[in-house]
Amino acid sequence: MSVSVRIPTILRTYTGGESEVSADGATLADVLDDLDASYSGIKGRILDEQGELRRFVNVYVGNDDVRFLDHLATPTPDGTQVSVIPAVAGG
Amino acid sequence: MSAPTIETSTTTPATAGPREGAFGHAVALACRECGHRTELGPHYACPECFGPLEVAYEFPAVTREEIEAGPSNIWRYKALLPVPDDIEQSPNTEPGFTRLLPAKNLAAELGLDRLWVKDDSTNPTNSFKDRVVACALSAARELDAKVFACPSTGNLANAVAAAGARAGMKTVVFIPSNLEHAKQVNSAVYTDSLVAVDGNYDDVNKLASEIAGEEDGWAFVNVNVRPYYAEGSKTLGYEIAEQLGWRLPDQVVIPVASGSQLTKVDKAFQELITLGLVEDKPYRIYGAQAEGCSPVSAAYKAKVDAIRPVKPDTIAKSLAIGNPADGIYVLDICRRTGGAVEDVTDDQVREGILLLARTEGVFTETAGGTTVAVLRKLVETGQLDTSLETVVINTGMGLKTLDAVADRVGPAATIAPSYDAFTATGIA
Repeated sequence: MSVSVRIPTILRTYTGGESEVSADGATLADVLDDLDASYSGIKGRILDEQGELRRFVNVYVGNDDVRFLDHLATPTPDGTQVSVIPAVAGG
Repeated sequence: MSAPTIETSTTTPATAGPREGAFGHAVALACRECGHRTELGPHYACPECFGPLEVAYEFPAVTREEIEAGPSNIWRYKALLPVPDDIEQSPNTEPGFTRLLPAKNLAAELGLDRLWVKDDSTNPTNSFKDRVVACALSAARELDAKVFACPSTGNLANAVAAAGARAGMKTVVFIPSNLEHAKQVNSAVYTDSLVAVDGNYDDVNKLASEIAGEEDGWAFVNVNVRPYYAEGSKTLGYEIAEQLGWRLPDQVVIPVASGSQLTKVDKAFQELITLGLVEDKPYRIYGAQAEGCSPVSAAYKAKVDAIRPVKPDTIAKSLAIGNPADGIYVLDICRRTGGAVEDVTDDQVREGILLLARTEGVFTETAGGTTVAVLRKLVETGQLDTSLETVVINTGMGLKTLDAVADRVGPAATIAPSYDAFTATGIA
């Protein structure tokens, strides 16, 4: 399953400045693994030491926050857009 | 010296620094999670851990007399804010120094000994948001932003649109399309660029974060200049202390949406203690949410540290943030100070609005109704000490949320224009 991943500015040092990259995977966990294979170290910035989403990172599959879906097990159908966005906004 | 163009980066320091004194006595942005320090600039997330950045200062000595000699607005505290010393020379809405009302009738109704209402509905666009926006506007100017913008549950949109107009900046505000009509009109009168988004506030917030990451020159007040913006809420804490005669209250009840305001009132109290402007004493801070959007209250009651995001469903739209950025810090503060976080139903919110109106002559919006209703619930459940001096914060104006109570109030009678008809009503 090929998806596009929107990269926040804070992580573009890993992607050579690219704001959107491609990755493969049937679930969000698979996508992050594939992303890390291409851009070494990026997964460790999105997930904490326990392998869970960091507290101040929101990840969306399509328009839905994965915390309302199946977290890292959320399916990522072909052509889906995954967005990684800092959570410290609003109010 | 030329100011830098605002950047979308959350990590890269500006290539040219802001002008000397652009952010007053602020010296850095510090991560609340890991302590990592970042240069002052348009940054809001820690480059190490994504944690929220907060303004760090090296304050000079500040006296009560110096503050009291200042203007009757938030700039009397400019030495404690991330703004330049000449802030008053740039057009802004000059918010703050709102009234602190002794609320004897409401206190009697609830069985409290001493109660005050900090009434922020009298700000220029009738909510506390004018305070934070004034600080954000200063940061946007100093960072040479071209567009002044925000995602908003309504009150912020009003404040940003008005401040942007006064500053002569292009202003774009994003709101959920189901927002109260009055809040839409109260923004649209100031700007042609009101954008209604089909989704809830958290959807609007996500969109704003994406735009902030892609468009150069945009200052989203509560996204990429959020550290400066949030500091404006400290002025609520400063004012409460000054208006009480330079002392801290025993208990404060504060509404919680993102949680930023509550954390900044606590920060203000701590700063006043550190600066020797008030006596160090215990105080309790309480958070108020509506049941239909109560992720912080739920975490407090469950005695857990993690906030579980929710899909908001409440009439208190100005508090309807399902994924509150500062929620965990609200938990920390309420627990540390011996306060609590409580929530009330929409019917109780409506009753809270009417209770404040009929006891104190203050017409609050749904957020204030929530806060007053939570105050009552805290008293009824024994979570708040009725013998201690208490302040409740009213953050907004009831005229913006008329629908909340429109079906509960109205003429007691409709009569012919005659004395007999009037006496027949029994009102005399």
